[in-house]
Amino acid sequence: MRLNGEKIAKYSLMLVAFSALASLLLIAVFILKEGVPFMFKVGLKDFLLSSDWNPQAGKFGIYPMIVASLYVTFGAMLIGAPLGVAGAIFLNEFLPKPAMRVIKPTIELLAGIPSVVFGFLGVMVLAPLIRSTMGGPGLSVLAAAVILGIMVLPTVISISTDAIAAVPNSYREGALALGATRWQSVYMVIIKAARSGIIASIILAMGRALGETMAVIMVAGNTVKIPQSLTDPVRTLTANIALEMANATGMAREALFATGVVLFVVIMILNAIALSAIKSRGRKK
Amino acid sequence: MMWSKIQKIGVVVGLGALTLASGCGKSREGITMAGSTAFQPFAEKLAEQYMMTHSEVSITVQGGGSALGVQTTLSGTAQIGMADLVKLPKEADALKSLIVARDGIAIVVNPANTITALTQDQIRDIFNGNIHNWKEVGGADHPIAVISREAGSGTRSSFEQIVGNVKLTDNALIQNANGTVRETVAKDANAIGYVSHGLISERIKALTVDGASCTEDAIMSGAYKLVRPIFLLTKAEASPACNAFLAYVLSPEGQELIHKNGLIKAK
Repeated sequence: MRLNGEKIAKYSLMLVAFSALASLLLIAVFILKEGVPFMFKVGLKDFLLSSDWNPQAGKFGIYPMIVASLYVTFGAMLIGAPLGVAGAIFLNEFLPKPAMRVIKPTIELLAGIPSVVFGFLGVMVLAPLIRSTMGGPGLSVLAAAVILGIMVLPTVISISTDAIAAVPNSYREGALALGATRWQSVYMVIIKAARSGIIASIILAMGRALGETMAVIMVAGNTVKIPQSLTDPVRTLTANIALEMANATGMAREALFATGVVLFVVIMILNAIALSAIKSRGRKK
Repeated sequence: MMWSKIQKIGVVVGLGALTLASGCGKSREGITMAGSTAFQPFAEKLAEQYMMTHSEVSITVQGGGSALGVQTTLSGTAQIGMADLVKLPKEADALKSLIVARDGIAIVVNPANTITALTQDQIRDIFNGNIHNWKEVGGADHPIAVISREAGSGTRSSFEQIVGNVKLTDNALIQNANGTVRETVAKDANAIGYVSHGLISERIKALTVDGASCTEDAIMSGAYKLVRPIFLLTKAEASPACNAFLAYVLSPEGQELIHKNGLIKAK
């Protein structure tokens, strides 16, 4: 009887575990099934490398959106990663423990703020500021990168903090005993020891920045054009799907699924690059 | 406002389920309306009023966009489709269409802008990117920021069809709702956009087009040209309950309700 219960528990847990995997698989299969035939119908070159997007006229070039997604994501990382990692180091190494116990949950609260709210702040505060100080329409690559940079902070900070906190105290003591100053022990020992966790935090943040839709639609301006400067408006891949889905039929709808396929592939490539970066650095050591 | 897109996503998924659910109660006949988000709030009010006196029907109103309105009516998922297009697509030829209201499309700029009037030709040149600076149309020396809607939007396609030969400049900012266009124009002193007549407020300025201002009288008399019809679509053999509801929408009472909430009567 007891053995039966054991078996039931095992199999039902297995079923639940596989359901997560199955839904991932179903999503992937569905997107690929809808999107891939379209890509070949239009031609990979005309789809990925053309800058002419006009679904009503049968033009489906998404090159500007791929570029836009990459610009916005890397811009967000340029802002979010240094701030986040520096914040995590400060919280762990330079702040008394009781203060950290208050500050860290506060920062994690930032992750709970819905993205529309970030977008709204961007439209109401950041975009007018950029418009009046730097010119252009305000809704721009820069606005999107700054908003996303702030949005990914909690991800970077909380995972990096955990990674740094996991570095054994003996490392710190050893460095200090060898005559290193506090800062030297941080950048020569602690960061290196916590490296994989810090990189993981940046990868996760990158995924969030690339996938973010609502805030980006609100602040990026959504113009289908390769940006020439930081103040130019752009449309990212995710924004394209969300903007046009409501009215898309036929080929235009398939084009949006194909956009989803590209997004899928871009995220996989970014993850692969990041993972191999971790591995190759690990080998050098 | 931004959530309306999310609602639309939900509609596509939920439509089937909801029609099933509404079909369950055999005692009340279910009518599902779907389509134009511009007419959706009006349809909801009409349905609410109608059901107060006609307890034998139950009307569910969905958004989804004009294209979806045509599709779902063709497929039978919705009994009444809503579309706010100047010209219905070819697929809609198989459907019975009825103009139930009209909506003016206002060309709007920031109140700080000194311009008060444009011609259709100037508007076309601005949206095509041939005119870049407000001084070319008699305003101050500032670059023009063009705000448009996403491809497939009913307001955009109506605007482009009425003005004619619009090939939107690739510098245009794209916003995904009438409301966000209004917000962007209200915030940017150099912006120009177009919104539904009902959304004009003191925070934006509607321009006169070819000498006619975007007022109800000018729209009714035909002096103001940027006007789109709002269609309700049904299959040729619509149920008596559907026809009764359509008759109500066109009745003086229904038309008054539409008018009170910001659209213009059909006739």
